[in-house]
Amino acid sequence: MPKTEGKLLNKDGVRIDGRKPTELRPTRIEVGVLSNADGSAYIEQGKNKILAAVYGPHEAHPKHLALPDRSLLRCRYHMAPFSVDERKSPAPSRRDIELSKVIREALEPSIFLEYYPRTSIDLFIEVLQAHGGTRCAGVTVASLALADGGIPLRDLTVACAAGKVEGQLVLDLNDDEDKMGEADVPLAYMPNLDAVTLLQMDGQLTIEEFEKAINLALEGCKQLYQLQKEALRTKYVTVKEEEVEEE
Amino acid sequence: MPTFYEKRQVVTPGDMLAEGDYVPGENTFRENGKLYATRVGLVEYEERKVSVVALKAFYVPKVGDTVIGKITDITLGGWIIDVNAPYAGLLRASDVIERSYRPQKDDLSSIFDVGDLVIAKIIAYDRTRDPLLTVREPGLGKITRGQIIKITPTKIPRIIGRKGSMISIIKRETGCHILLGQNGLVMISGKNAKDTQLAVMAIRKIESESHTSGLTDRVTEMLKKMKEKEGEIKNAQD
Amino acid sequence: MSMIVRVKQKQIAELMSTGRRLDGRDLNEYRQIGMEMGFVEKAEGSARVLLGKTEVLVGIKIEVGEPFPDTPSEGVLTVSAELVPLASPLFEPGPPNENAIELARVVDRGVRESKAIDLEKLCLEPGKRVLVVFIDVYVLNHDGNLIDASALAALAALVNAKMPKYEIEEGEIKVKPGYIPLPIRNHPIAVTFAKINGKLAIDPSLEEEQVMDARLTITIEKDGKICSIQKGETGHFSMEQVLQAAKIAREKAVDLRKLVAKA
Repeated sequence: MPKTEGKLLNKDGVRIDGRKPTELRPTRIEVGVLSNADGSAYIEQGKNKILAAVYGPHEAHPKHLALPDRSLLRCRYHMAPFSVDERKSPAPSRRDIELSKVIREALEPSIFLEYYPRTSIDLFIEVLQAHGGTRCAGVTVASLALADGGIPLRDLTVACAAGKVEGQLVLDLNDDEDKMGEADVPLAYMPNLDAVTLLQMDGQLTIEEFEKAINLALEGCKQLYQLQKEALRTKYVTVKEEEVEEE
Repeated sequence: MPTFYEKRQVVTPGDMLAEGDYVPGENTFRENGKLYATRVGLVEYEERKVSVVALKAFYVPKVGDTVIGKITDITLGGWIIDVNAPYAGLLRASDVIERSYRPQKDDLSSIFDVGDLVIAKIIAYDRTRDPLLTVREPGLGKITRGQIIKITPTKIPRIIGRKGSMISIIKRETGCHILLGQNGLVMISGKNAKDTQLAVMAIRKIESESHTSGLTDRVTEMLKKMKEKEGEIKNAQD
Repeated sequence: MSMIVRVKQKQIAELMSTGRRLDGRDLNEYRQIGMEMGFVEKAEGSARVLLGKTEVLVGIKIEVGEPFPDTPSEGVLTVSAELVPLASPLFEPGPPNENAIELARVVDRGVRESKAIDLEKLCLEPGKRVLVVFIDVYVLNHDGNLIDASALAALAALVNAKMPKYEIEEGEIKVKPGYIPLPIRNHPIAVTFAKINGKLAIDPSLEEEQVMDARLTITIEKDGKICSIQKGETGHFSMEQVLQAAKIAREKAVDLRKLVAKA
């Protein structure tokens, strides 16, 4: 894979995609995009295009996996073969399996699983196009799919990454920044409960840099949280607006 | 003690609805003295109780509800029924067969077969077992004709309307026989395909505009307009 | 599947709220650690770590292979983990499940991000032939905190490893007599916390893991920088707890690192 020529940041601190260090990629979210799934949502964040769908709660199959006191959350993070520069095999990679696990663990705390014993809730995240930070965008869009499916939640879960690129702390790393930067810290958060439900890091940061990075990621999360709420409200407000136009 | 939204405003999961000594109603939960929404819906403040009327929620069985379901399996003891809920319903053979049931002799599939639609009532349900159904009451049993549509279960009350006002209008204007399941399944049977489709359209309109006001008038108007159009087309063809 | 008895669950949680643990340890105390190097002679490097009753064996194999296309002058590092069935009634035979994969990838990130191995020194012929370092984690007994035990064993094995002297002569790979150590430049140490009843407890035992809300692993490299983090399980941490854990990890890593240097 050819390496990007030139620096990731220019002398004014502007990143290769034109963003300032603390700027999120342009993000667009839509809820309720698939007719078959019980709940669904779609996100575009920079060049990321990610679809999430939820089925359930329904009877857990196979039955021996069912839990007597709560619903079983299953999550599959998967990348389409054409989503990355070099075609990726459709078989789940070790990374896909790890991400499926951490994403599930990021969302589980928000769901009232104990309301639906012996059932399962199946969550599917499909990355149609990938450009860095897909696990965060995946959490953000999956939480909306759960809300769209009418599954009761304690709060929406939102995720964003921060990191270090050429000595500068930045928000929402794209693929080039992630690959060539010094550190990447993805974080998922439930704002109401001050709950960090996903936290990973690779690279190298002093504790002081790490503290700044997670606070920066939190800022990104708060902005995306507002976009999540807007996306949910928009679905139900447009009808009211049509009505006003008629009269 | 503060509340944070206007009545009937759209709220989303995690929105803080109230703080203080309030009673958590439907689709809300309490944490650290604050009340939050658990689903997308319209917030209702009733004295000390705060609840959310969910705009989208799946059906959870309740004892006493009338539901429409599809037979998905036949076992030794009875029928398994898909009632559009997280749990499948169970209809015991003994509910239908008067005398004592003999598994070897009695052929359950001749009574209800896989794929059949039934309208039934939930007589038992708790966290440890699947809902138990009955078809013993009048008006319950196999559905033999009509079209089934699925709507969001929380909208069923809106389709019925206050004291049945809305559903009466639809039945009158379309001449259709309509059966409503609390689980969001609706059976519509009209004299012809056009009447049935008209009723379906009316129901879908109520479903998507359920949180707005003046709906009854708009639905009545829509039905009258569609019927006029039908009349015009018919006249043109004659 | 063995489930922890509810009475014991309560006991652990209640004790924890007073800052005490079932086995008498403090919240920031590790269990007794034992280390044995060179356990598997046929491997280029190996180490056996005992962390309380948890036992992990790591073997290192070094072979000649091809570099990745985007790093033609670097050796290759690959880490895998097996939760062998004899280690616990919770483990079933079969290909690595999500827990084994997570374990391997967390250990991998610690080694890789700290640049513990100088991969450039493992290049024999750029673009064509490099040395591939296989780190295989073999869990022999599971009594909690597999991550720290595995990371420690992996580091000890790397430090202990000996590889043949490879040289290129007339386009052929020749093995010269004698052995040299792997080019190790950093000593990453993983420190794992369990959140139980609102408190952070280092080095959770299996019983504590069965009760915990969430798990947080912070890997610290030799200069005190963080090089890897993994939050696991279905609970959560507050932002404050995350920073608290990072600071404690930085301190604890120093002590654990001394064990590897000594062995």
